[in-house]
Amino acid sequence: MTNEVLIEFQNITKTFGSITANAGVNMDIRKGEILSVLGENGCGKTTLMNMLAGIYYPDGGKILIGGKEVLIHSPKDAFRYKIGMIHQHFKLIDVFSAAENVVLGVKDGSKYNLKNVKKRIGEMCDRYGFHINPDKKIYEMSVSEKQTVEIIKVLYRGADILILDEPTAVLTPQEIRKLFDVLRAMRADGKSIIIITHKLNEVMEISDRVAVLRKGKHIATVNTTETNEQELTEMMVGKKVTLNIDRSLVENPQDRLLVMDLNCTDLEGVKVLDHVSFTARSGEILGIAGIAGSGQRELLEAIAGLQKLDSGEIIFNRPKKNLPVSFYHKTLNEVKFLAKEGRFHYEDGTPVDLSGKSNSEIKKLVNDGKILFNEDEVMSLRDKTPLQIRELGVRLSFVPEDRLGMGLVGNMDLVDNMMLRSYRKGNSALLNRKKPESLADTIVKDLEVVTPDLHTPVRKLSGGNVQKVLVGREISLAPKVLMAAYPVRGLDINSSYLIYNLLNKQKKEGVAVIFVGEDLDVLLGLCDRILVINSGRVAGILDARTVTKEEVGFLMTKTDGGEGNANG
Amino acid sequence: MDKTNESKETTKQRFSLPFHVIKRINIPVWKKILIYAVAIITGLLLSSLICAGFAGKSPVDFFVYLFKGAFGSSRRIWVLLLDMALLLGTSIALIPAFKMKFWNLGGNGQILVGCLSAVACMNFLGGKVSNGLLIFIMFLASVAAGIIWALIPALFKAFFNTNETLFTLMMNYIAIGLVRFCIASWVKSGSGVLTPIGYGNLPKLYNDQLLTILVFVILTLFMFVYLKYSKHGYEISVVGESVNTAKYVGINVSKVIIRTMILSGAIAGLVGFFIAGAVDHTVSDAAANNMGFTAIMTSWLAAFNPLVMMLTCFFISFISKGMLQVRTDFGLSSDSIANIVVGLVYFCVIACAFFVNYKIVFRKKEDK
Amino acid sequence: MLVTFLVGAIALGVVLLYGCLGETLMEKAGHLNLGIPGIMCMGTAGGCFGALLYMKGLAQETDAKWLPLLLVSILFSILFSAATGAIYAFLTVTLRCNQNITGLAVTTFGAGLSQFIMDTYVPRALRDSYFGVASKLFAKGIVNDPDANGVLKVFFSHGFFVYFAILLAILFAIVLKRTRVGLHLRAVGESPATADAAGVNVTAYKYVSILVGSAVAGFGGLFYTMDYLKGSWENASTIEAFGWLAIALVIFTLWKPGISIFGSILFGALSIAAFVLNGTSAQKELLKLLPYVITVVVLVFTSIRNKRENQAPGALGLSYFREDR
Repeated sequence: MTNEVLIEFQNITKTFGSITANAGVNMDIRKGEILSVLGENGCGKTTLMNMLAGIYYPDGGKILIGGKEVLIHSPKDAFRYKIGMIHQHFKLIDVFSAAENVVLGVKDGSKYNLKNVKKRIGEMCDRYGFHINPDKKIYEMSVSEKQTVEIIKVLYRGADILILDEPTAVLTPQEIRKLFDVLRAMRADGKSIIIITHKLNEVMEISDRVAVLRKGKHIATVNTTETNEQELTEMMVGKKVTLNIDRSLVENPQDRLLVMDLNCTDLEGVKVLDHVSFTARSGEILGIAGIAGSGQRELLEAIAGLQKLDSGEIIFNRPKKNLPVSFYHKTLNEVKFLAKEGRFHYEDGTPVDLSGKSNSEIKKLVNDGKILFNEDEVMSLRDKTPLQIRELGVRLSFVPEDRLGMGLVGNMDLVDNMMLRSYRKGNSALLNRKKPESLADTIVKDLEVVTPDLHTPVRKLSGGNVQKVLVGREISLAPKVLMAAYPVRGLDINSSYLIYNLLNKQKKEGVAVIFVGEDLDVLLGLCDRILVINSGRVAGILDARTVTKEEVGFLMTKTDGGEGNANG
Repeated sequence: MDKTNESKETTKQRFSLPFHVIKRINIPVWKKILIYAVAIITGLLLSSLICAGFAGKSPVDFFVYLFKGAFGSSRRIWVLLLDMALLLGTSIALIPAFKMKFWNLGGNGQILVGCLSAVACMNFLGGKVSNGLLIFIMFLASVAAGIIWALIPALFKAFFNTNETLFTLMMNYIAIGLVRFCIASWVKSGSGVLTPIGYGNLPKLYNDQLLTILVFVILTLFMFVYLKYSKHGYEISVVGESVNTAKYVGINVSKVIIRTMILSGAIAGLVGFFIAGAVDHTVSDAAANNMGFTAIMTSWLAAFNPLVMMLTCFFISFISKGMLQVRTDFGLSSDSIANIVVGLVYFCVIACAFFVNYKIVFRKKEDK
Repeated sequence: MLVTFLVGAIALGVVLLYGCLGETLMEKAGHLNLGIPGIMCMGTAGGCFGALLYMKGLAQETDAKWLPLLLVSILFSILFSAATGAIYAFLTVTLRCNQNITGLAVTTFGAGLSQFIMDTYVPRALRDSYFGVASKLFAKGIVNDPDANGVLKVFFSHGFFVYFAILLAILFAIVLKRTRVGLHLRAVGESPATADAAGVNVTAYKYVSILVGSAVAGFGGLFYTMDYLKGSWENASTIEAFGWLAIALVIFTLWKPGISIFGSILFGALSIAAFVLNGTSAQKELLKLLPYVITVVVLVFTSIRNKRENQAPGALGLSYFREDR
């Protein structure tokens, strides 16, 4: 690394409406270094770099390259200054091949010839240690491959300054190591690399210097060798936050959800769930770890009744042994039928015989809690629609990964979103908006949702508030099973902790919680057991209190081989 | 925050253009109305200049004749209201589908088969059963035919996600062909025109128009309540906004699509029934009067609100009727001038959606 | 009999082929243009208007020289249809208005205006004599002998516009698949944000493809009147119907100009089957339904066989606003 300053920000300011994203940022980037830009979600690090990449234009201040002020109005301008950015959401065209994506938009005066493009891609791969098949279509690629295409795309345009926005978020530990090797090779080649991240361990591992941003302001840039994680954290969050998540012991666990040998194939004929078996217990948080796209979504959707299965069984266990039957779960006719089957007894142990009793008598017995179950109720959720699952009286809550695309309706207000789960109640053909309104009000108050009013479309709320609304609604259903997919993705630290606390509270109340996460630290700190899913298979179910990150990472990434059947 | 959609760049940009376009977050209602009013007036002014230019008359006359044509006599007003009512009926037929993001371009076809079925009843049963019974049978036949015509694309959309825009469009032409086939079979003279039939005509209520007007105004009110306050209406909105969310909460999307299209087709069939029973008393391949397409504009202009739709339908009917007078008095030989005017007004109103959704911010003087 | 049928099928197919090629180009740029019927009408009106201007300027009808007549006619056709396309482009690209709605308005406007132009400026009395001359030029084939060999007639008796259409389809296929311009155009239709970020001028690509597509579609109308109808004008609604069929054809051919050559001839054959076969007028009306029914069947079939590469462009029908990310 030289100390030659390549790019300088001078007093850069950027606002979006009333929100200030960056305020008076002064910092520099040097030639041949790896610089980490560190900060919490929403601290303005991506916005700052977007201004370098030509996505946004600063409201105030200057950008200097090689000491001269430059105006970067568009990504095209950025490329002119040899700056290329790899965004968190890849900007690739699915139906194009890797080579077509790489050459897209390149106007270097040469004749358009995919053969030459492929040759150049091959040369780059050799130089920096990538592996990519240039003819492969993007929609057939893994996340890591897509990222490689993005990097090649930027290099192909001759970029000397690469900005990577959260490059490791979706990669496995092994893939991260490979990426870091590539980055080091590029640095050795004289390129400057900027990594936007909020992961401290990676900052320490890869970067030469760290620039810390907080609430849109540049706090400091320090040499990595002269700092430590504790100091960086303090700079990043400002005040001390407890990094430990409270984890209570599991009390009186009971098998609540039994998933047995699930198999599922997607539309393209790829096996997405392969003999998946596990048990979720009440009063416990079961974490699911895995590389993005290993079958987590399909698994949760299968349980929720949204995914067609090839085979397998999903059993919901309702603990009812020696507990009274109620009209909440059963109709009068069902009670009669079950009594005929000999499934009930009275408090004194005698079998229930309802023959000859009038309906009103039976109703009274049930309402007084006199009729008790002999055994727990066992019901199959396989091939049931979400509605049928509800009608069985199974209280299954699901916080899906895609909040505004699945869990909520972005264009509807808070009240109408509350109603999604409950609007069917009652026999009237018309809607009743009173209860949803009071529920919305409660959630806004309890979870401190920041919203102008209850009639604001939820898409206008920030990511954290959207998630609070969704989790709040799902918890309000008083679930027996709560499934949450990446519930803290994109949330700041405070919102994340609020969600962890909510999940913990559910656990204490005896709910079987299934938590799909991506941050291994959180999974290890929050969950009781961790199920590792790898290419649709259960690679292992581990005790979260004793396992190490490396073990989980290994199970997540190991490829086919002679591993034992770890299903437990 | 860099991911929020409403990111708003309020600032001067050093782009080559002296202004900069940003997305509006909220717009006051009065401003919205003002923008639409300006657009409509612009469209009409443009039309008046063009028409006056062709005819060599004063643009002021254009407006005089326009109003005269629409409101010149009490009969004209009634006919205008009748036109509006039929257009309104077509619009409320399409609106539930549009709310569901189902692009039903098949309004013409659905009306046409409704009308054809009613006329078929008039043709074959007229004089053989009592008029009251005949009307009842006509009603059932029209509604059933409208439902079938809407249901076919709906079923394929629901089960195979077949593109409904083109499917419904093709259904229009199949309906036209069917009408031509029936007329060719029924009319032995080969004239290709079916003369009005005296049977199965709907009873008069004060005059020829009032009954039709009343029915569709009442249906519009019903549709407003249905969409806004009923569980069905809520399901339609959820499906329209996000199919995934609908599945997630256990809404049977296919069922909602099919149910909604049945409603859509039934109302379109009803429009056909009134055309056959109360207006034309016959059928031709142009019986739908292109209302299926016009209604797409009226309901879109009304932002899919049935109450606002009364205004938009009235306005479009007003222009069509008024233009007849303008054409005669300006001595323009082609009746297609009305289409040009309507097209121009559409363009202006469509364009003004831009000003409702976006804001142009002019760059202030460069800070030095 | 068969020869006449095939010649007619190819001729009518070419009307659809032009419309289909124009629409394909726009859809590849992400614009579903339901204004194609109106644009095709305007192309016809423009061509007729141009031919009329030229003929009026002559002392005698027999003075007509084929090259200037054709050029003037084609030039006006391009002018009219591209101008109509420009309205659509301005509304949907620059003002980001709803494409379906705008397209329908363009069809209303285009059909109305073309009918008005024909009624007002192209008097019926002059049409036959003037356009008779023009259409002879348009329809002049390599083989014009009515007694020629059937195979020769099928392939070589057409006017130059037929061969031009097929060349154009091949050209489109090559441009889309093998050139940088084609790559960029497809990118704009699949994901304008990605194309924009890669430095492709999205707005320019959209405008150019809509304008060129409109001009090409307009040829369909011009060809129909000048060549197929031998210079007579029925009314705008006939051409409008072909416009809708052309839009259906785009789906039938899976957005591939190469396939559209054969698809259009098939559609042409179905459309004229009614005129060639014997039967009562009622039966003929039923036969005329066939192309629409077949389109529906194909629509259903492709939707059931859901294959990634055969789908519509990813951003079809969506407006692009750069700051909307």
